[in-house]
Amino acid sequence: MTSYEAVIGLEVHAQLKTKSKIFCGCSTEFNAKENENTCPVCTGMPGSLPVLNKKAVEFALKMAMATQCTIHEKSIFARKNYFYPDLPKGYQISQYDKPLAVQGKVGKVRIHRIHMEEDAGKNIHGTVSSYVNLNRAGIPLIEIVSEPDMRSSQEAGEYLRELRSMLRYLDICDGNMEEGSFRCDVNISIRPLTQKEYGTRAEIKNINSFRFVEKAIEYEIERQKEVLESGKRVVQETRLWDSEKNQTFSMRSKEEAHDYRYFPDPDLLPLQIPNTWIEDVKKSIPELGAQKKERFMNQYGLTEYDAGLLVQEKELAQYFEEVVQICQQPKLASNWILSELLRETTATQIAASPISSKHLGELIKLIQKGTISGKIAKTIFEKMWNSGQSPKTIVEKEGLVQVSDENVIRQWVEEVLKNNQKFVDEYRAGRTKLLGFFVGEIMKKSQGKANPATIHEILKKKLDSKGE
Amino acid sequence: MVIKKFMHITKELVEHLAKLALLELTEEEVTRYTRELDSLIGYFEKLNELNTTHIEPTYQVVPEAIVFREDSVQESFKREEWLKVVPQQEEGAIKVPKIIDVG
Amino acid sequence: MIPLYDYSLDELSQKLQKKEVSSVELTQSVLKRIEETKAKLNTFITLTKESALQTAKTVDQKRIKGEVLSPLAGIPIALKDIFLTQGIKTTCCSKILSQFIPPYDSTVVKRLKQNDVVLVGKLNMDEFAMGSSNENSCFGPVKNPWDLERTPGGSSGGSAAAVAASQCLGAFGTDTGGSIRQPASLCGVVGIKPTYGRVSRYGIIAFASSLDQVGPFGKRVKDVAHLLKAVAGRDSMDSTSADMKVPDYTQFLTKDIKGLKIGIAKEYFIKGMEASTEKVVHKAIDHLKKLGAKIIDVSLPHTSYAVPTYYLIATAEASSNLARYDGVKYGYRAKASTLQEMYRKTRGEGFGREVKRRIMLGTFVLSSGYYDAYYKKASQVRTLIKRDFDEAFKHCDLIVTPTSPTTAFKLGEKMEDPLQMYLSDIFTISANLAGLPGLVLPCGFDEKNLPIGLQILGPHFKEEKIFHLAYAYEQSTEWHQRKPTV
Repeated sequence: MTSYEAVIGLEVHAQLKTKSKIFCGCSTEFNAKENENTCPVCTGMPGSLPVLNKKAVEFALKMAMATQCTIHEKSIFARKNYFYPDLPKGYQISQYDKPLAVQGKVGKVRIHRIHMEEDAGKNIHGTVSSYVNLNRAGIPLIEIVSEPDMRSSQEAGEYLRELRSMLRYLDICDGNMEEGSFRCDVNISIRPLTQKEYGTRAEIKNINSFRFVEKAIEYEIERQKEVLESGKRVVQETRLWDSEKNQTFSMRSKEEAHDYRYFPDPDLLPLQIPNTWIEDVKKSIPELGAQKKERFMNQYGLTEYDAGLLVQEKELAQYFEEVVQICQQPKLASNWILSELLRETTATQIAASPISSKHLGELIKLIQKGTISGKIAKTIFEKMWNSGQSPKTIVEKEGLVQVSDENVIRQWVEEVLKNNQKFVDEYRAGRTKLLGFFVGEIMKKSQGKANPATIHEILKKKLDSKGE
Repeated sequence: MVIKKFMHITKELVEHLAKLALLELTEEEVTRYTRELDSLIGYFEKLNELNTTHIEPTYQVVPEAIVFREDSVQESFKREEWLKVVPQQEEGAIKVPKIIDVG
Repeated sequence: MIPLYDYSLDELSQKLQKKEVSSVELTQSVLKRIEETKAKLNTFITLTKESALQTAKTVDQKRIKGEVLSPLAGIPIALKDIFLTQGIKTTCCSKILSQFIPPYDSTVVKRLKQNDVVLVGKLNMDEFAMGSSNENSCFGPVKNPWDLERTPGGSSGGSAAAVAASQCLGAFGTDTGGSIRQPASLCGVVGIKPTYGRVSRYGIIAFASSLDQVGPFGKRVKDVAHLLKAVAGRDSMDSTSADMKVPDYTQFLTKDIKGLKIGIAKEYFIKGMEASTEKVVHKAIDHLKKLGAKIIDVSLPHTSYAVPTYYLIATAEASSNLARYDGVKYGYRAKASTLQEMYRKTRGEGFGREVKRRIMLGTFVLSSGYYDAYYKKASQVRTLIKRDFDEAFKHCDLIVTPTSPTTAFKLGEKMEDPLQMYLSDIFTISANLAGLPGLVLPCGFDEKNLPIGLQILGPHFKEEKIFHLAYAYEQSTEWHQRKPTV
């Protein structure tokens, strides 16, 4: 049986987080009434003209630089002509043969090009009519086109997550696939491992989550394999992902070839990017996820896995570093964030967490100093989550300070041993597993406040000094 | 660059163009435009007398570069006002016959 | 006594300022003139009588209060029906927009309002400014005031005819390939197409965006200078509008042109040109010489390629500009049960014959496989045409040419032959391709008593030089004093 390899390229559309649209002053706010955020320009009124939003260009430049693209000193806006109700002018202003930037890299994946364009509106389909809302028409987009450098759904997923992370680190796109601010079309073909040429590809659209991208790719690989193995040919076509049936299906009507009749938009002069602008933007690019991960591993001695988790969101990484700043315990901080905090919330919501980075840092400091036990810390953590109070306040209010006073602990130990003479005998007869039982009982007696190390020390001494 | 000399505009091409431009044409119009476009294009091929191999095309005659707007939200026109010009609308959405062809 | 409407804009501006007449009196005079003559000429699509009189009243009150007003304050003018006027129907003389009431004002209209101009109505034109005879209007052709059986030219035929017939003191039009200058010539009035980028295109229904430019018509050079001054200058809504200072053109109107270098291009005196036109234009050039101008031979070798170049570029842009008229958001929508049917019928029924012809042509020019051979090729030849002028203006200050190879032709004469119609633009379209300013003013009459216009072309943003020459010529000749009898 032939072994196949998938060849995958992705086209990502990212909505830029500008306040106003790309060619007019309308708001880009998401939750407006239907057709509320519109003006003569974005509704394609006769006589209206586009004027380019500088911020949109700046944002696009950031991504171009972050992906190490070559930026064209002069790029051209072109009209892509086709008819659709959500396209008010009958053409989309995009970039065609002279895009903003070309030839970049994200990890192992080469970037073919990045260009700017305007988003279309939205059609809502009823039973006899369709309805058009133009609020989204004119929101700035960048299209990031990769080379066909991915070979599996995992690689595609990794690339996508990396892109999304970059956009979020640059603070130019919120990367929300469900809301459509980050959209992905997949170009995929398969070929026998021994073959050099690419197979015929299908384009998959309408995928609105990372998981579905991976699923759609996996489905498509299997589908194309079946097609080839049954002696048929893969048809070059656009397919849509059906997330309920977990499959792709052909969008037959689209097969009528489009002729977009691209030509330079005479309403917009060439976009010139002077070097000084490039330099300015370069200075504004923050440390991105990949670099941060490296640094976390080197500077804090974290594992690659933990560092990777911590940098997945800029806010989370920032939170982590704030915690470390206070407690000086990177590993503990990482553990507490990854295993405790992220059980309660998500990386994207971290800024809204009731436990501030300062409080978590203080909590870790208290553990470190021995003021509280690790066990008590978990209780305090829970109380912090529910109340938003500082760990000190909780510790003081509830008297949860760890008891390390040997005299007090010795008393608890003696009481427990006295009440469990039978087990003491068994222990001394060699059933040393019972040690844990005694520790537990003493802890209980101390209401969790006893210092476990001290318990251990005293308990061992008592049990091992026979007949005292 | 291959210059197609003596291009003949056929009825089929005219019908294809009408489809691209979404114009419903009568049989009479198709015949007329075939004839007229053929004659016009024939005349326009006069440009092939000129060798333009190394000539940069001119798309705009304004010498300056693009002018920007700052990213600030401007008050747009009142939705109620412009919805008056919409042929059919429902609760602020533009109503059109059901879109069947996706694309 | 001379009726008020028969004075020039500048004369009336002074009368208003001296309070010899009121704007209401003037507006009433003009409205009466319109009523008497509009049926014969078919110039007006929409009359805005009430708002005109209201504005006139307001301006008069302002003047009484002693407010400082624009020289145009209280002056009745009219607009080609291509300028968006908020709340006033704007049709572009197309069925597809025949009921369209714009929700916003074009920048030109805003500026005219700031100048307290009295808008009396919207003027007939070729549908979407496509035509050279004003016969492509869904409201029927405009008649030339000098001979009602003849065309006023196009596409701003209504604007030129209305000014010639004193239905308004000035008018605005648009010029994509000669649409101001050719009708100005055929109707015996003054019209200027400024440099591309001089006047904002925002709110003006686009035909071919890289060629379209707004300009005024008037009875006198000075009238036109006033009108252009009022609307010119950078507009933040049009990023192709030039960020350059607008001089007060009226300050350049002197009669002394000694030493001014006038270029004459032999390519503008061609076979097929009417003998009377050629004779009259040569006489005008001789006259300029007598006034002290230096006449210099220049060459514009690519002139004969301008018509194909223009029609390839203009139709390509138009095919895209007119895609928005699809029945979805505004304008005519045909009854249909599917979206595709709605699109095709709306556009098939909504556009007239010439517009559809140009959409088809432009769609072809841009379509896959033909783009390089037609659209790109034409854009390259455009470079050559532009270079011709750059070179010529190294040797002269201005270039003087005929405007149209013929005087006003009979209505219907060229309607069945689009190529012949297109060739009548031969002297005007190069200025659009190169983005140059060009003014036309009357320079004589043919044996049928039809006006002939002289075209003055200048370098980019040198309108004031053109006005200077035009004024000197006008003030030393009598042509502008002749009036049609309507």
